[in-house]
Amino acid sequence: MLRALLLTLSVVAIAHAELCKPDAQNAFKVRISIKTALGDNAYAWDANEEYLFKAMVAFAMRRYSSKSTTQISNVLLCNVTDRVSFWFVVTDSSKNVTTVPGSEVEAAIRMNRNRINNAFLLSDKTLQFLKITSTLSPPVEPSTPVWLIVFGVVLCLIVAGIVFLVVSGIQKHKKKNKDSTERENLEEKVEVTLENGIPCEALDLKAGHINGVFAADDERFTSL
Amino acid sequence: LSAASEIPKEDDRPKWDNKFQYILSCIGFAVGLGNVWRFPYLCQIHGGGAFLIPYFIALLFEGIPLLHLELALGQYLRKGSIGAWNTISPYLGGVGVGSWMVSVLVSLYYNTVLTWVMWYFINSFQEPLPWSVCPLNENRTGFKEECHESTAVNYFWYRKTLNITPDIAESGKLQWWLVLCLAACWLIVYLCTIRGIETTGKAIYVTAIFPYLVLTIFLIQGLTLPGATEGLIYLFTPNLNILKNPRVWLDAATQIFFSLSLAFGGLIAFASYNPTKNDCEKDAVTVAIVNSMTSLYASIPVFSVLGFKATTAYWDCLDRNIVNIINEFDLPEESIMRQNYTSWISFLNSSYPEKIAGLKLKSCDLQEFLDQSVSGTGLAFIVFTQAIILMPGSQAWAILFFIMLFSLGLSSMFGNIEGVFTPLLELQIIPKSAPKELLSGIICLISFLIALSFTLGSGSYWIDIFDRYAASVPLLVIAFFEVIGVVYIYKIKRFSKDVEWMTGRKLNLYWHIAWRFISPLLLLIVFMAFVTLQMQKTPSYTAWNPKYEGFPMKEEKVYPPWVQAICVLLAALPGMCVPLVALFHLVKEKRRSKDPSFVPPEVFSCQAANS
Repeated sequence: MLRALLLTLSVVAIAHAELCKPDAQNAFKVRISIKTALGDNAYAWDANEEYLFKAMVAFAMRRYSSKSTTQISNVLLCNVTDRVSFWFVVTDSSKNVTTVPGSEVEAAIRMNRNRINNAFLLSDKTLQFLKITSTLSPPVEPSTPVWLIVFGVVLCLIVAGIVFLVVSGIQKHKKKNKDSTERENLEEKVEVTLENGIPCEALDLKAGHINGVFAADDERFTSL
Repeated sequence: LSAASEIPKEDDRPKWDNKFQYILSCIGFAVGLGNVWRFPYLCQIHGGGAFLIPYFIALLFEGIPLLHLELALGQYLRKGSIGAWNTISPYLGGVGVGSWMVSVLVSLYYNTVLTWVMWYFINSFQEPLPWSVCPLNENRTGFKEECHESTAVNYFWYRKTLNITPDIAESGKLQWWLVLCLAACWLIVYLCTIRGIETTGKAIYVTAIFPYLVLTIFLIQGLTLPGATEGLIYLFTPNLNILKNPRVWLDAATQIFFSLSLAFGGLIAFASYNPTKNDCEKDAVTVAIVNSMTSLYASIPVFSVLGFKATTAYWDCLDRNIVNIINEFDLPEESIMRQNYTSWISFLNSSYPEKIAGLKLKSCDLQEFLDQSVSGTGLAFIVFTQAIILMPGSQAWAILFFIMLFSLGLSSMFGNIEGVFTPLLELQIIPKSAPKELLSGIICLISFLIALSFTLGSGSYWIDIFDRYAASVPLLVIAFFEVIGVVYIYKIKRFSKDVEWMTGRKLNLYWHIAWRFISPLLLLIVFMAFVTLQMQKTPSYTAWNPKYEGFPMKEEKVYPPWVQAICVLLAALPGMCVPLVALFHLVKEKRRSKDPSFVPPEVFSCQAANS
């Protein structure tokens, strides 16, 4: 009895070793970069983490195929390195010593990738399943592009500025016209001494306008 | 006395509110995008600190004399470029027309560059920045191929902004987002130049001073970035051997010339609004020195950021190699760091050479990354935007950077538009009773409609053409004729008397020597060297073609003959105005002199009866 048990166990162990080895059929390599993802908060990869990994894979298989036959013991890990990387394979308990087809495993993992990542506080980049490509999530796009909103604001400011300047220009023009007609009326009424058409009051006799010709000439004549 | 006849009465010509506004406008016109994205590049490729030697020599003998000449001319004659040159001699009227034409051509394409800046500015409010991530392809398994093969920054510039066609002959469609931004830019220009210097004088306080603020902020931030010191050392380490290369001297001369915005007619227009008794000599020296100092000042943050970018790229290269090695040998994480990378590599190479060779590791060399030099739009829209993504708080830096570029370009646009506006105002294209706002509106509207052609798919190729041909050779020709015209036709003795009257002191010997001999000679040499260099190879351009085998390298293509004809036309036409107008007047004179009843006007013109 005991011998039979030992024999079965050794057969199972050898079978497991046969099933899970690098580049085995339906086996996948996993690469985990905990320090890159978490920096100082990195946890160590030990047997407990491996157990969690097996549990997550089993969970994924159960969710995918909706039959609750996959057990944690069905998931085999091997060749764990310091990197941290290892190979895993999922066995089928109903059929003896066979592995679940790779396509099924791949589909299951892909479906539950987010849950698996979150369980380990990692992302698609830091928890890599080397043969399984991940579907990239599209960037969040608001309904109106942001640049159009900013453009609208800028354009409104510019147009407001132009309208203000044009309107103030027109007002100034009108006022100047009104002022000049008023002054003409005033000049007709009041007798003003005119000098060359300019009323004397307007001339600032103190400042005056220096005629450049004579100013320059002054330098040429010797002073008296 | 010669001074008598030419001083017009104190009329209702607009004037500057104060001297500071005038100086600021001149500085704003001179300081433009070239100070930020061309001068640092030239410094880098021409031996770092050693480039400053030909640069300052060119400043002394070419830049400052020509600048003084233009400012004195405009201030004395109190007219825009066309009017001023017609006053000096009707035969030289072509110089004014040529300047006006160049101002028109440059205004057209310069504002389109500002359109690109505005587009990037309004996109900087997005989180994450749109040029930091590649868009996904249709089935969401990866990124768009064009983006994946080049970089996200390249993709955003060539595809999302320009939507560039692979060949200049393919025009593509009008890009609606660029049309919107172009309309906004021309509206901003209209807003600021609506009443000539009355409005630009107010706007210049902001647009001329703001860039200095931002440059200072970038300076402080840039110096704190890792790798900034490498960039600065690389920039300023002088390599004196480079001075033996004549190309360096040519580049220094052309850089000073174009940087000071000479021969556009804008400086003449600005100076014409000054009171006549103003020290134009001091103004010229001030503006030239401030312009050069700004170039130097701007190159410090630019190179800090470029050094930072090169260092980050170098670290990325190292990190990628490290990850590859760790994955291949299944070593624990963080066993190989950047510091002990070289020792690990040598160890692994000796123990497992085949495995290492199989990994195809890229060689990472910091010097190689620093050597990648870019100028012009490539610097602003590709290299700098990439560096900004790496900085913390990227949105703020992007917004600041693009507002700074916009202000720099806008203040230069004021000068360009003034060079177009003032002569037209004097020629009285529109009746005097019509408001000035109408003329500036017409100018902006027509320019906008013509500039729409730059928003086509092939638009950026055309802008390159305009930049290379319309804004280079014609300016040299016009400046040469400016100096010759003033010194030998108007006569230097008369001009120096006019300047002495304006400044109140005798003209230094330096100006006499520079104006009479050195500047014209230098201009002639520079012009001939420039044309010779251009003619040595057929004009070609680099096109962004995703279907090219060497993609993401750009494809080198030759311009088709009809495009080459346009290039020649652009380069030759403004310069041709000078002899054409002179010929026109000669013919007119000959025809008049044949008429016996007509008294020749020379009797009344003071220009004939002078010293």
